[in-house]
Amino acid sequence: MSAQLLQVLFAGLTAGAIYALVALGFSIIYNSSQVINFAQGEFVMIGGMATVSFLHLGLPLPLAALAAVAATTLVALALDKLAVERARGASVVTLIIITIGASILLRGLASLVWDKNIHALPAFNGDKPIAVGGATLLPQSLWVLGVSLAVLAALWWFFNRTLYGKAMLATSHNRLAAQLAGISVRRVLLVSFGLSGALGALAGILVAPITFTAWDVGVMLGLKGFAAAILGGLGSGPGAVLGGLLLGLAEALAAGYVSSAYKDVIAFVIILAVLVLMPGGLLGRRAAERV
Amino acid sequence: MLARLGAARRGGLLALALAVALLPLALGNQYLYDVAILVGLNAIVCVGLNLLIGYAGQISLGHAGFFALGGYGSAILAVRYGWPPLAALPVSVGSVTLLAFLVGRPILRLKGHYLAMATLGLGVIITVVLATEDRFTGGPDGMSVPPLALFGRALAGERAWYWLVGALLLACVWLALNLVESPRGRALRALHGSEVAAEMIGIDSARHKLAVFVLSAGLAAAAGGLTAHYSGFITPSQGSFLRSIELVTMVVFGGMASTFGAVVGAAVLTTLPQLLTPLKDYEMVVFGAVMMFTMIFMPRGIVPTLAALFKPRTRP
Repeated sequence: MSAQLLQVLFAGLTAGAIYALVALGFSIIYNSSQVINFAQGEFVMIGGMATVSFLHLGLPLPLAALAAVAATTLVALALDKLAVERARGASVVTLIIITIGASILLRGLASLVWDKNIHALPAFNGDKPIAVGGATLLPQSLWVLGVSLAVLAALWWFFNRTLYGKAMLATSHNRLAAQLAGISVRRVLLVSFGLSGALGALAGILVAPITFTAWDVGVMLGLKGFAAAILGGLGSGPGAVLGGLLLGLAEALAAGYVSSAYKDVIAFVIILAVLVLMPGGLLGRRAAERV
Repeated sequence: MLARLGAARRGGLLALALAVALLPLALGNQYLYDVAILVGLNAIVCVGLNLLIGYAGQISLGHAGFFALGGYGSAILAVRYGWPPLAALPVSVGSVTLLAFLVGRPILRLKGHYLAMATLGLGVIITVVLATEDRFTGGPDGMSVPPLALFGRALAGERAWYWLVGALLLACVWLALNLVESPRGRALRALHGSEVAAEMIGIDSARHKLAVFVLSAGLAAAAGGLTAHYSGFITPSQGSFLRSIELVTMVVFGGMASTFGAVVGAAVLTTLPQLLTPLKDYEMVVFGAVMMFTMIFMPRGIVPTLAALFKPRTRP
C-alpha cells in the first residue's frame, strides 16, 4: 500500500469516526421520535467550546472534557423538556422546525457566551506524529478512533443488555405497543436526547484539536452527520457507523486524488447514487410500507 | 376565473391584492420598499415550495439551489455572453426547470427524510460548483448582475420593482389557488394522504410529484433570477443549505397546505431579522426563540391556527 493512500485512509477514518458519532446521535433521536434533530451539530459545537472554556478556568483536560459532556447533555435534556416535549402531538415537520429554531438559538447563545473567534484545543497527547508505513498518524487520531470504539461498545451493551436500552429499541419498533407494555415513551425521548447530546459533545471534544472549534462549526458537522445517518440507513446503529466511515473515506479519497474543492460534491454524488439504488440507505429497514 | 375559487380563497386573494395595492402608503422610504420587495420575492418561492411540501407532502431541502441557479444562469448569460437580461432570465429559468425535471425523476422515488437528504445533497452540490467555477461565477465573492432593461430603459428604482414583484406574486398566488382546487390539486392532496391509496384509485403519483417539483423549482429559479437583477449582485450563499432551511421554515411557519400561509411565513421571517437588527448580538437568539415559541404554540403554523380561531365553532 502506498504511503499516500495510507495517509489518506488515516484522515478518512478519523473524520469518519467523528461523523459516525454525530450520525449515531441523529439515529437515536430519530428512533424515539421520527424527528431529525437539526440541533445535533450544535451539541458538537457546545462540547468543543465548553471544553476550551473549562480549560481556561483551570480545570485539567479530562475534567474539562467531562464537564463539557455533562453541560451539553443538560442542554440536550433542556431542549427536549422545554421545547420538543411541550410540542408533542405536533407533526414531525413542526418538530423539525423547532429543532432548527433551537439550533439558531444555540448558535446565537454560543456567540454571546463565548465569541465569534476560532479556538484551538490542545491535542490530548501532544502533536508529535507517529510514523506508520511511510505515512504519519497524529496521536489525536488514535484518540478519536479509540474513544469511538469504546463508545460503540458501550452503546451496544446499553441497547442489548440493559432493560432501559431494550425499552428504547422497543419504542423505536412500535411506539404504541411499547407504551402498552408500560414503557414511558416520554422518558425514552428524554433519555435519547441526553444520550445524543453526550455523543455529540464527545465528537466535538475529540475533533477540536484537529480542526479547531468555533461558534458555527455545528452547521457543517451536523450536515455531515445527517448525511452519514441517511447513507447508512436512518435509525440503524451499525448503519450510522458504516455511513460515517464511508463518508469520511469518500471525502478523504476525493480530496487526496481528485480535487479538494470538490470533495463535498463527490461525497454527495455518491450518497445520491446510493439512495437512488437503495432508497432506504445501506442498512435501513427493508420493511414494506403498511397501508 | 375568480368565481371558480371558493369564497374564502377569493376573499383571501382580494385581501392580498388590496394589501399589495395599499402597502406603498405605509412605505415611507427606499429601505422599506426594499424589504417589501424581498418579502415578495421570497413569497413567490414559498408559494411554489408550499405546493410541493404542503400539498404533495414531498420535502425539499435544496430549493435555495434552484433559486441561486436561476440567478447565476441569468447573470452569467448577461455578463459573460452579453445577452440582454430580459432574454437571459427566461432562458435561465427554463434551463433550471429542465434540470429539475431531469434530477426530479430519480430523486422523487425517495420518501421522507431520504428525500430531504437527496435534495439537500443537490443543493450542496450546486453551491460548491457555484463557489468553485470562478471563471464563470466569480467564486465565493460572487459577481455583479446588470439590471433588467426594457426597450433600452433599465428597470430601476424600488417603486418600479415593487409593482413588478407585487403583480408577479399575485399571479403566482392565483395560479396556486387554482391549481389546488383543480383535479390535479386534489390528486396531490390524495397522494399526500397515502401514496398507495392514491395509486389504487388511478393517480399517477410519480408524474404528479414530478410536475409539482418542476413547477416549484421553476418558481424558485424565477424569483432567484429576479432577485439577482434587482439587487445587482449574487453570491453562492444564495443557494446555501441554511438558505434552503430558511425557505422551508417560512412555509411551515406560515402554515403548511395554505397558500396564504406561505406568503405570511415569507413576510414574517423576512421582516423579523430586519426588525431585530437593532438587537445586534442578540439577533440570532431572539430569532431562534421566536421560531421555537411560534411552532410550540401554533404547531400548525400561523394562518391555519388563526383561521381556526375565527371559524364559527360547532358544538358537539
